[in-house]
Amino acid sequence: MTDIRDDVTTGGDYAPARETTEGTIYTVTGGDWDTVVDAEHDDRIVINMGPQHPSTHGVLRLVLELEGETVTQARAVIGYLHTGIEKNCEYRNWTQGVTFVTRADYLAPLFNEAGYCLAVEKLLGVEAPRRAQVARVLLMELNRIGSHLVCIATGGMELGALTGMTAGFREREEVLHLLEHLTGLRMNHAFIRPGGLAQDLPEDWKEKVTDFVTVMRSRLPDYDKLLTGQPIWRQRLEGVGYLPLDGCLALGVTGPILRSAGLAWDQRKVEPYLGYEEYDFEVPTATEADCYARYRLRVAEMHESLKIVEQAVAKMEPGPVMVADRKIAWPAQLSIGADGMGTTLEHVRKIMSQSMESLIHHFKLVTEGFGVPPGQVYVPIESPRGELGYHLVSDGGTRPVRVHIRDPSFVHLQTMPAMSEGGMIADVIAAVASIDPVMGGVDR
Amino acid sequence: MTGPTKDATGDEQSSADASGAATEEQRARGGMAPEAGEVEQAGSGDQPPEGGTRQVAPAGPQRAGMFGVRGTGDTSGFGGLRLPGYAPAPAERPFGGWFDELADTLADALAERGVPRGAVQQVTVDRGEITFYVRRERVLDLARTLRDDPALRFELCSSVSGVDYGVDVAQRLHVVYHLLSMTYRRRIRLEVALDVDDPHVPSVVEVYPTADWQERETWDMFGVVFDGHPALTRILMPDDWDGHPQRKDYPLGGIPVEYKGAEIPPPDERRAYS
Repeated sequence: MTDIRDDVTTGGDYAPARETTEGTIYTVTGGDWDTVVDAEHDDRIVINMGPQHPSTHGVLRLVLELEGETVTQARAVIGYLHTGIEKNCEYRNWTQGVTFVTRADYLAPLFNEAGYCLAVEKLLGVEAPRRAQVARVLLMELNRIGSHLVCIATGGMELGALTGMTAGFREREEVLHLLEHLTGLRMNHAFIRPGGLAQDLPEDWKEKVTDFVTVMRSRLPDYDKLLTGQPIWRQRLEGVGYLPLDGCLALGVTGPILRSAGLAWDQRKVEPYLGYEEYDFEVPTATEADCYARYRLRVAEMHESLKIVEQAVAKMEPGPVMVADRKIAWPAQLSIGADGMGTTLEHVRKIMSQSMESLIHHFKLVTEGFGVPPGQVYVPIESPRGELGYHLVSDGGTRPVRVHIRDPSFVHLQTMPAMSEGGMIADVIAAVASIDPVMGGVDR
Repeated sequence: MTGPTKDATGDEQSSADASGAATEEQRARGGMAPEAGEVEQAGSGDQPPEGGTRQVAPAGPQRAGMFGVRGTGDTSGFGGLRLPGYAPAPAERPFGGWFDELADTLADALAERGVPRGAVQQVTVDRGEITFYVRRERVLDLARTLRDDPALRFELCSSVSGVDYGVDVAQRLHVVYHLLSMTYRRRIRLEVALDVDDPHVPSVVEVYPTADWQERETWDMFGVVFDGHPALTRILMPDDWDGHPQRKDYPLGGIPVEYKGAEIPPPDERRAYS
C-alpha cells in the first residue's frame, strides 16, 4: 500500500491532498477549511457525504456542491443496500415471498408483509378471516409507533438532540418486546402470511397489549416536553426542508410529508383496507410543509395509532386466523415444542402413519406451494412513510412472475434536492431526517 | 453512463417495423383478437402503421408439466400437461363501476387534444382494476391528458416499473404505470408492451417528475430505454455493470466474479471440502 503522503501537495498534516484529473482532492479529517486551501481557490467545493456517515440514515450517499456553507446542488446516490429482493421473490413460492419482502423496509416489516399478503389474496380472490384482519391492524399500528419512534430518535441524534435518541429507542424497545411476544421475532417477523397469519396470537396477548398502551400513554407526552416546545429543536426544524403541496404531487410524495403540506391523504381513510373504515381515528395534518410540521405529525400519528390499537383489542373475537381453503392454508398446525416452533406431533403422526393423501398434500403445499390464477394487481397501503404499493404479476404458477415494491422511501428520497438546495449544509441533515428514508426499502 | 437515447420521431418508424413483425408472430401463434374492449374505432384517422389493430402480447409463457422440471422426468404424472400462455382478456362493455365513465372521458379528452385514435389498444378489467394497454408512441400524450384534463386529474404517478414475461413471449418487456387521481380517488394502470430487441419508450419525466428514479430503476433492472429521460443512468447496480438483472434470461450464478483483481470462480466450480 502506498503512503498517501507521497504525493501531498498542500494542506498540512491532517488534510493530505492528491492531484487527479478532476482537480485536487483533499481528505479532510478536521480543522479549519481556510488552512487547507490557499487563496487562489474559489469557495465552490463538492463534498461526498456517506455512504458511511452517521447522519445519512444508513448507506445513503449525498453529493453536495457547496459555496461556503450554502448547498447549491445536492444529489442522492443509492444502491449500496441493493439485495435483489424483487428478483429473489420470483424464484420462491408465494408464501416464501413474505420472508423476503419483510426485509425490504426493515423498520416497517409488518407493513411489507401485510401489503404483500393483501396483494396475493387479491390475486387469489380470498379474504383473510376477521380475527386475522384485526390482528394485522393491531400489529401494523404497533409497528407504526415503533417506526415513528426510530424516525424521531435518529432524527434527534443527527441534529444533536441525543436525549431524543435515548428516549426514542427506549420506547421502541417496548414496541419490539411486545412484537416479539406476539409474533416470535423482534423484526423480520414473517408472521402475516397469504390467507391470514402464521399462527394465532399468544394466550396473554390482551394483557400485554393493554399494558403497552398504558405505558406508551404515559411516555408519549414526554416527547412534547423534551422536543416539541424546545427552542433549539424548533429553530433547527422550523422553515427547513420546505416542500409545498404542488412539489409533493409532482414528486409523488405521500405519507407524513404530503400531510405536512396540508393534504389529508391517508390510504387508511381514502381507500380503506382490512376494515380500517370501522376504526375511529384522525388524520393529523399541518400546513407549514417543513421539518417541524413532519415531526409534529409523527408524534400525533403515534397517539392515533394507540387509539386504533385499543379499538383493535376491543374488536378481536375468537376465530380462525387462516382461510379455511386447505389448498392455500399451511397444512400443519404449528406449535411450540422443546426445540422451538414446528409442526405439531399429532399432525406428524397423522401424515406419517394414517393418511398417505395428507402426506402428499403436505409435501406439495410445502415444497411447491399453491398456484395463483394469472393476472396482476396493485395494492397500496399506508406505511409509516407513505404509500407502500405491491404490484404482483402471476402467470398461473406457484411462483410470482414479478413482485414490484413501490417503496415510499425510494420515491421520497428524490425530494432531497428540492428540500435542501439553497439552504445550509446543516439543514440537509434535518431534511433527510424528516424524509425518514429506510435504505432497505430504497434499494430493496 | 447515459443509456442510448433516440429521437422520438425517428423512433416511430422503427417501432412500426418491430410491432408489425410482432403482430405477424402473434397471428401465427393464434392469439386472441381484441374486439370488445377496444377504445379505438374502426376507420379511425390514425391507423396503426401495420394497417391493422395491433394486439397485446400474451403475458406469460406456455406452461408444461406441473413442477416446471426441464430435461428430466417429471414424476408428478402431469408431464404431458400443456397450458397456453395467459393473455389478459379485453373487457366488454359495460366495464362496471366508474370504469365506463372514465373510458368515455378519456376517449373524449384524447379526441379534444388531437391525439390520434388508436392510442389505447386494449382495455382490461380484472380484479377490480382497470388496465389500459397503450401504444408506446402515445404514452406521453396519454400521461399529459390524464394529468391535465379536469375530468381525469391523475395528479400522482404512484409507480413506474417493468415486467419481463419470459424469453418465449412476444413483446416480453412491459412497462407498467400506476396512476392515482386524488381528486376522484381512482387508480388506473397503463401498460406498454415492448420488443426486447427495441426496448424504447418515451420518458414521462416531463409530465411526472417522480418517474425519474423509477425509470432509472426500470432501465437498470430491465434495460428499457426511456427516450427523453434527463439522465438515464443505473441507479441500484454499479455504473459499470453488464446486463439487466431482472430480465428472466439473466444468469443466476455460474459466472465468475472479479474482486480486487482476482477472479473468484462461481460457487459450483470452487474447490469442495466435503
